[in-house]
Amino acid sequence: MTTTATSSYALETKSVIKTYQSDSGTIQAVDDVSLQVTAGEFVALVGPSGSGKTTMLSILAALLQPSSGQILLDGQDLAQISDVDRVTMRREKIGFTFQANNLVPYLSALENVELMLRLNKRLDKTGRLRARELLARLGLADRMHNLPGQMSGGQQQRVAIARALIHNPSLVLADEPTASLDTERAYQVVETFAGLIHEQKRAGIMVTHDLRMVEFVDRVLLMRDGKLVQIYSDKPEILELARGSRSQ
Amino acid sequence: MKQVFSIAGYLAIKEIWRNRGRFFLVSMVIALITLLVLFIAALGEGLGNGNREYISKLDAPIMVFQSKSDFLIQASRLGRDRLAAIRRVDGVKDAGMLGVANASLILPGNQEPMKIALLGIEPGHSGEPQVEQGNQLSTSLAQEVIIDRNTALRSKLAVNDNLTIRVTQGTRDEFFTFKIVGISEGLQFALQPSVFVPFFTWDRVRSKSEAEVNLSNPVANVILVKLDNDADINSVRQRIEGQVNNVETATLNQAIQALPGYSAQQSTLNTQGGFTLFIGVLVIGGFFQIQILQKVAQIGVLKAIGTANPIVAAASIFQIMLITMVGVAIGALFAFIFSLTFPPTVPIVFNGTTSLLAVVALLLIGPIGGLASIRYAVRIEPLKALGLS
Repeated sequence: MTTTATSSYALETKSVIKTYQSDSGTIQAVDDVSLQVTAGEFVALVGPSGSGKTTMLSILAALLQPSSGQILLDGQDLAQISDVDRVTMRREKIGFTFQANNLVPYLSALENVELMLRLNKRLDKTGRLRARELLARLGLADRMHNLPGQMSGGQQQRVAIARALIHNPSLVLADEPTASLDTERAYQVVETFAGLIHEQKRAGIMVTHDLRMVEFVDRVLLMRDGKLVQIYSDKPEILELARGSRSQ
Repeated sequence: MKQVFSIAGYLAIKEIWRNRGRFFLVSMVIALITLLVLFIAALGEGLGNGNREYISKLDAPIMVFQSKSDFLIQASRLGRDRLAAIRRVDGVKDAGMLGVANASLILPGNQEPMKIALLGIEPGHSGEPQVEQGNQLSTSLAQEVIIDRNTALRSKLAVNDNLTIRVTQGTRDEFFTFKIVGISEGLQFALQPSVFVPFFTWDRVRSKSEAEVNLSNPVANVILVKLDNDADINSVRQRIEGQVNNVETATLNQAIQALPGYSAQQSTLNTQGGFTLFIGVLVIGGFFQIQILQKVAQIGVLKAIGTANPIVAAASIFQIMLITMVGVAIGALFAFIFSLTFPPTVPIVFNGTTSLLAVVALLLIGPIGGLASIRYAVRIEPLKALGLS
């Protein structure tokens, strides 16, 4: 990794653009998006379907190369690094939970969490203890040796959260983490997630279409047609947004 | 690199263990393919050995045939004048006549007579087998025989026993009785157990046409030549062909390849073995390809959280090799157990080299069959696999 730049934020993007070529012409999936997230801040990226939030999340996760712009994570520009370095960044600096198929099905809950430490060469006695403690904090003390197929959707999401946090990443990303959960479990998962991000001082970004879940975030970024059109940073305003959605 | 193999091995073994029923079934399929390949190889070796055993163990590197006999032993006829001429050729240490015929060995009780190769050889000369038990033949006219171990095993005859053969001479069945003076190692000829008779006795007792019955002009089929120095084989062959009329020479390997049906039989079995291996490649390749297709999302997750491609590839290779090794080991064990149950009349020989070659080929079919799936796994895009694109 050779490309470095200075930024006071854990994550900062500058004028990120992502275009695709299709039969009907050029599609601007992400259009000049600049945002900043500080350590210990939990941000929701919301917007209607096709607004570009998932594309933006993929770019932030170093899974997709932007057409132009900068993505600075701990001073490294994700847009400028090689494929091999992007894999390293995903392994060391980023934690990720997905909508579904989150866990490796043949590894137990504990083994799934420990896998991140194993990949980062940090699976020692302390690491193993931390993995157990984190799972216990997430209410999975008696499920550590269960395979994903033996756990509910909510439990699987909590294991995925533990896996996303165990290696102390700078950035934690969640793609629709509550999509397959009932309302009660969805609240529990997001509340736990938010609590850990604040406590461990990570920069957290959650993509969701469910505005009820923004109750636990510090800021809401609204995207539409690939652009970042509105930012809600006032807590009463955010709560109003969540309540409004809940009453609908 | 150590890290790559460590994580790859961990993932591969965990997946196999947690899905052991499925992987065991694949191993059993490989085991059955192994069993089939090893048996085809053993059958090929057994049939080939049964055909060539006597010739391949000869200590005479040159076989002299009547010219234009196409190296067919039964089609060649050489008189004693050629034997004398060959013995005079420079570089020839010894030469002995070999006559080949068939006969039936009469067994006690109601047992079916046993078909044998009746081989006429000159005592003390090239072609006479070394006995492992008993004595060598005494003279070329003696009423005594050496039997090979196969004849001894199947007939239960021993040294000093009498042996009776039946042959057809003219239109009559004739019976001749000999004393067994020695037993040699296994020396089958044309898939038949062998009985070695002094040459002039052989000429008297062999099957004959009506015209031959009253003739007394011993004719051998081929002459076996021992050399002063085996390295001079080519020059001695040239000298024999140059100095002796109406003969052609062959190495033992040429003579074996010319045995009736030998090449066709071996190539048929080799083709069968090759096709079985090919089917193995397709079966294993198909299984692992389906497995990779079923776990695209899972591999996508692994890549998304930072698992490098070498780990994904190494895990697949490790898994394929382990499953193949377990399958081949089980198959080889089955083959060994089954081989113990076959009677000596079934021509199956588990020769070390042939079996080892078959096992190496079987161990390679896994990785070869899995190549496409490994390539597919490495090319999985996490974005697509996770439905993010």
